[in-house]
Amino acid sequence: MSLATETRPMTRREWLLSDRPQSRLQARLGRAYMTWRRFSANRLAVLGLLILLGLVFVAAFADLLAPHSPVIGNLASARLLPPGSEGYLLGADDQGRDILSRLIHGSRLTLAVVVLVAIIAAPVGLIVGAVAGYAGGWIDAILMRITDIFLAFPKLVLALAFVAALGPGIENAVIAIAITSWPPYARIARAETLTVRNSDYIAAVRLMGASPARIVFRHVIPMCMSSLIVRVTLDMAGIILTAAGLGFLGLGAQPPLPEWGAMIASGRRFILDQWWVATMPGIAILIVSLGFNLLGDGLRDAFDPRESGQ
Amino acid sequence: MSALLTVEDLRVRFPTRTGVVEAVRGVSFTLGRERLGIVGESGSGKSQTGRAIMGLTPPHADASAKQLAFDGIDLISAPPKLRRDLRGKRIAMILQDPKYSLNPVMSIGRQIVETLRRHERVSRAEARERALDMLAAVQIRDPARVFDLYPHEVSGGMGQRAMIAMMLVAGPELLIADEPTSALDVTVQLEVLSILDKLVAERGMGLIFVSHDLRLVSSFCDRVLVMYAGRIVEEIAASELANARHPYTQGLLNCMPVIGADRHPLPVLDRKPEWAL
Amino acid sequence: MNGRRRARSRKAVAAALQFLVVVATTYLGLLAVTFFIGRVIPIDPVLAVLGDRAPAHVVERTREAMGLNLPLYQQFVIYCRQALSGDFGISVLTTNPVMTDIRRVFPATMELATVGTLIGALIGVPLGVLAAVKRGSIADQIVRVIGLVGYSVPIFWLALLALLVFYARLKWVAYPGRIDIVYEYTFSPITGFYLVDALWQRQWDVLRDVFRHIILPASLLGYFSLAYISRMTRSFMLNELQQEYIVAARAKGLSEARIIWAHALRNAAVPLVTVIALSYAGLLEGSVLTETVFSWPGLGLYITNSLQNADMNAVLGGTIIIGSVFIGINLLSDLLYRTLDPRTRAR
Repeated sequence: MSLATETRPMTRREWLLSDRPQSRLQARLGRAYMTWRRFSANRLAVLGLLILLGLVFVAAFADLLAPHSPVIGNLASARLLPPGSEGYLLGADDQGRDILSRLIHGSRLTLAVVVLVAIIAAPVGLIVGAVAGYAGGWIDAILMRITDIFLAFPKLVLALAFVAALGPGIENAVIAIAITSWPPYARIARAETLTVRNSDYIAAVRLMGASPARIVFRHVIPMCMSSLIVRVTLDMAGIILTAAGLGFLGLGAQPPLPEWGAMIASGRRFILDQWWVATMPGIAILIVSLGFNLLGDGLRDAFDPRESGQ
Repeated sequence: MSALLTVEDLRVRFPTRTGVVEAVRGVSFTLGRERLGIVGESGSGKSQTGRAIMGLTPPHADASAKQLAFDGIDLISAPPKLRRDLRGKRIAMILQDPKYSLNPVMSIGRQIVETLRRHERVSRAEARERALDMLAAVQIRDPARVFDLYPHEVSGGMGQRAMIAMMLVAGPELLIADEPTSALDVTVQLEVLSILDKLVAERGMGLIFVSHDLRLVSSFCDRVLVMYAGRIVEEIAASELANARHPYTQGLLNCMPVIGADRHPLPVLDRKPEWAL
Repeated sequence: MNGRRRARSRKAVAAALQFLVVVATTYLGLLAVTFFIGRVIPIDPVLAVLGDRAPAHVVERTREAMGLNLPLYQQFVIYCRQALSGDFGISVLTTNPVMTDIRRVFPATMELATVGTLIGALIGVPLGVLAAVKRGSIADQIVRVIGLVGYSVPIFWLALLALLVFYARLKWVAYPGRIDIVYEYTFSPITGFYLVDALWQRQWDVLRDVFRHIILPASLLGYFSLAYISRMTRSFMLNELQQEYIVAARAKGLSEARIIWAHALRNAAVPLVTVIALSYAGLLEGSVLTETVFSWPGLGLYITNSLQNADMNAVLGGTIIIGSVFIGINLLSDLLYRTLDPRTRAR
């Protein structure tokens, strides 16, 4: 208490860690700083973050980074070159295309898929869950029954069936994956909503005459965000794997797009003699989805130290 | 009376993010076959004192003492195996809330039999017989029925009796009761206490009764240790309690209502930092 | 006493009824979604069935045979009635009824998923227990990494690499498929579970051959369920080891081994059953990708083959079957949960 009365200027760290924030901004920044400190203490989580920053970087500058064209190969001299060949660091595929260049350009597809699925599925789940939790009664019962029905489905098989009906292609793959991945978000959002719904501050906002929509969007949904972000991050890995699986079965991105799963499928024929054609894209998928898993784990531990068990 | 338990300069430390916290800071006492009460607020280190004697200090914490001896056995240098053999057989402990301290997926009977068969070579049938006797000894009216019940199927008072049966079935000489009645209804508290009282007297056990309730302890024990912030601030015979010298003990005593007395203003427990030094 | 018992049994009946409603609506939802996929999304389901080169009168006849001239809700009622009686139509690819095909291929998938789950649970549970007990140690870190990689690796890719290493290079396992051609005609399975059949008929050389075929795909699937099971076991065990009854068990003088396995794990087993059941369901699904790599003649391969040939009846039939098994497994795990936990045990 005596510290607060001292006139000595606070360091930035003290300002952030103050248990008596003077403004909303300070409180928010302070919380973010604490979260960041917990997060950055976890070396694996930081590694995950670096992997994903790397992915974004590669995707953004693919044109500059890729040494060759991702779709036009050199059939005459580069066909099935092994890794380490001059100019072809990771080797070349059966069309004489540089595998590294294809992987670099493929990162754009991977990133596009996860981002699109996230921005379709997460808001849907969030709104369904928050509305169900806040409204209660029969609205809750119906919405949650629908959610449970989707949860009880085999996700990959359902996505397969959707793509089969919609026709192969990366857009349809995104739609199919999004349709099958919103239910867990709805469950989380509902659970979070139920815990805040009856709290005093929500009652206070209601007394001040806020409309239900305002309460849900301004006060309930922000409370669901942190657990939702964690869950979405952890799900990203699964989304990448599903998208790659669809690509592998020929239902995702169509040739000659350099989608990693489809690249594995096309390399499958040469697995015995030219192992690198199928191996390299698999390593890329593994690294990126590992990055999402590490990041998600770290975020969960940082946002909710109780859950971490560390 | 030879000492059953000697504790000298017992310390329990917990490492935390902000540094080492000492929960118990140099506690010393000796115990014969008598009833010793340890009283203090939550966080005063009374429970950790009991657990350190049992050898149940949490693994990330560290317990040390100049001397910690039970019936001539040096507990500090004793190998873990010996301490395990002592636990349940010669030193036992009763925990606070039977709702959490009984294994929810194991029947009460099996949990009692388990203690017995851990420490004595007895046949299944004999173990069952002795468990039933023990249930009868804690005044459970229908031991055979309770034997097969699961913890969630019995009331709190019944659960705590089962807990006592489980801990006393192997015939320990020292019993540490850690807030044994705090989780129970007031009416049930007295029943459980009188059962405990009778068993301790019949079997001539030493008892360490850990509680936050000074009145309960003073009516139940021969001697009382008052703990504050990990230290013993006063040691006093229960009968002398009214003459307690330490202001903290007096404060605890003043918290007790006296029928007919004026309760305004309500006394607030005074805590001075220098007592913790 | 009597009144309480009656109240309890009334409660049990209500719970059972609620359970039935849940199962029924879930199943109805499954049918609604597959109906939507098969009949509503395609612009012309007839073309989806016949292809666009069918003569006009065939198209017209099929349209009527499929009931497509009826209103949508009537179509759905008919669809449900057919699906519930096991009629998913004819597979264009094999020209058999889809149900007949599925009956033929399903045991192969079940066998693979069962062996995979066994491997996953038998290794995953001890690993998870180890990680929880030695929390923060090197062993814990290793188990964590094993789990994380399992979550992150594309299964079909790992399957390809495993084939390359263990079949092509090391020659430890048999080539893709379920059984050697040599035995294809001499071995007559009864249950469709080749391991069980070979054991039953005491055909040791067949058993050896079947084992050499199943071990690699089953281990791969096992690894995926191991990743999930070990992680969940760890977190359940950590939770149990903090409970007061563990302190009480220590106060009784029990050995650490007994505390861990007989007390903590016995309590953790209650939620673990659900986890193992879910991972079994997950493996049924994972088989879609693994079976193509291993040419395993199961439901997964059937679905992917049908997909490639735009055989929607077969795809949707397979989807409904896998969905039904999912629902069944959820139901079963719920029942198991009740019997394992005395607090929810119906009496």
